[in-house]
Amino acid sequence: MRISSLFLALAVVAVSLTGCENKNTDPDPVAQVGEMDIELDHVVGTSSLVRDAATPNYTTPSGDQFSVSVFRYYISNIKLKKADGTEYAQPESYYLIDDTKAASKRLALKNIPVGDYTGLTFTIGVDSARNMSGAQQGALAQSDMFWTWDSGYVFMKLEGRSPQANAGGFSYHIGGFKKPNIAMRTVSPALPTGVKILVRPDHTPEVHMKVDVMKLLTGPTTVRFATFATAHMPGAAAVQLANNYAAGMFSIDHIHAN
Amino acid sequence: MKRTHIVLLATGLAALLVAGCQPEAEVTPEAVIPGSVLPANFPAPVYGFDQNPPTQLGFELGRTLFYDPRLSRDGTISCGSCHQQSAAFSHDGHTVSHGIDGLLGTRNSPALHNLRWQKSFLWDGGANHIETMPAAPITNPVEMGETLENVVRKLNADATYQQRFAQVFGSQPIDSYQLLKALAQFTAALTSSNSRYDHYVRHESGGTLSAQELRGEAIVAQKCVACHATDLFTDNSFRNNGLNQAFPADSGRAHITQRATDRGKFKVPTLHNIARTAPYMHDGRFQTLEQVLDHYDHGVMASPTLDPLLRQPDGRLGIPLNAQQKTDLLAFLHTLTDEQFLTDKRLAERR
Repeated sequence: MRISSLFLALAVVAVSLTGCENKNTDPDPVAQVGEMDIELDHVVGTSSLVRDAATPNYTTPSGDQFSVSVFRYYISNIKLKKADGTEYAQPESYYLIDDTKAASKRLALKNIPVGDYTGLTFTIGVDSARNMSGAQQGALAQSDMFWTWDSGYVFMKLEGRSPQANAGGFSYHIGGFKKPNIAMRTVSPALPTGVKILVRPDHTPEVHMKVDVMKLLTGPTTVRFATFATAHMPGAAAVQLANNYAAGMFSIDHIHAN
Repeated sequence: MKRTHIVLLATGLAALLVAGCQPEAEVTPEAVIPGSVLPANFPAPVYGFDQNPPTQLGFELGRTLFYDPRLSRDGTISCGSCHQQSAAFSHDGHTVSHGIDGLLGTRNSPALHNLRWQKSFLWDGGANHIETMPAAPITNPVEMGETLENVVRKLNADATYQQRFAQVFGSQPIDSYQLLKALAQFTAALTSSNSRYDHYVRHESGGTLSAQELRGEAIVAQKCVACHATDLFTDNSFRNNGLNQAFPADSGRAHITQRATDRGKFKVPTLHNIARTAPYMHDGRFQTLEQVLDHYDHGVMASPTLDPLLRQPDGRLGIPLNAQQKTDLLAFLHTLTDEQFLTDKRLAERR
């Protein structure tokens, strides 16, 4: 540990020294960068998501009662857009969000070129390239969010219990990157009217995004637990659920300029 | 920490000095990583060396993992349990294999070799990469019944593994990335390219085929290469070879693609070491190569997805083979046995 700190210190010094040299020889101005955070607030309709309730604590508009035990999903390829149409695409942009892990619900984006951003775009799921490239690191390290018998990431998992489900529970494992069962969806939730994301060296804007579990059950396809309790492979059911998560499940609630 | 580094450094220097004193010719074959040379008669690999450069320590770590039953939930089944070297890393004499708790699988354990050249894995091609392929048997409830998370937990609890993974990857803790990369160091090293046939096509010593074997080769070239293509003897495609009319037990490729047109299609297996990988077909239904040839001659069953190559212009199904042709074919198939591969001590379990 102590040695690591020493190395880190030396590395910092080395980088600093290199930086000084560059400044002397390189006339290009160093691009200014800043940071921003995306806070993901998991909700079910108008309530907060509280997992593992002993009795069903939510009701769909169709009247189905349910509780939630597992909620996990991938967000990837985050892009920020300026009013002039230019974009910043975050490199290696992969996040696995797990409702049981508070830290996973805060996406910290670093090294963003300073600017006034008017749009935010990201993908729910993982791009096909990373589904086909073997062992992966970080958020993409193969786990139970990866189908092994039909290689590919599970983009979103929602599991829970419902008295209306025949087996007492429901389990949606949504994924698929091959035609015709593609389940990744790129969304651009609108920013509040008149609000921009102002990235500055000394400001870290905080985007509060609501992720509404209810929307997975009430989008273009109305999900009834009695007839639609499982999705465990790429296919038509997963595509229906993907169309649901693309339709407003993610919305920007407010932005702190900080 | 610091002391370990110094010791390692000293050991390394000592090793260099010792190595320096010995003539190169005395370096044992043990020190060469298997499969680290591409055979001249094979096409370009799918999984190039650059994707996971072979290293001695990485290969040895992958070998230990391959033979470690701790990769299964109850510590009883290793990869090597169902993939035995003497059977070209298939399961000798087993129609299907038994996993944890004596549970039986539904498919015949395929031979593992020349995986570096495969585009997809498993009989239905469900695994799309050599690195993630082992996760399928590890997590299959009737095979090893384990989770990647739990395997990683067990490895991190083992001081020897911790040390060996750190030597190979330079970072801790062990994660699924390191596990899968290390396993691929071993599975990609399983190159079988020294059968008598391979020596024959490369014009090497020991590469002579008898008149009968040459007749068999000509029959293969005439009747089999459309599927068993190149010196890898597979075109990596999925085909219905007429084993069933409806495939109720196992829909094969259709299980992955969900297309009716893929029903009953399975991966075309290689013919390398075929004499040692009985039983045959995805469900292990044929015990002998004679039965396999009889199937192609007169056992092929019609179904909508039957491979067109198994429909003769006169409407007959299968590939007509007379007794002499079958004998010649069998003789040729035996020239594809690679004894060097089957007995290579570097690929065997270390006890």
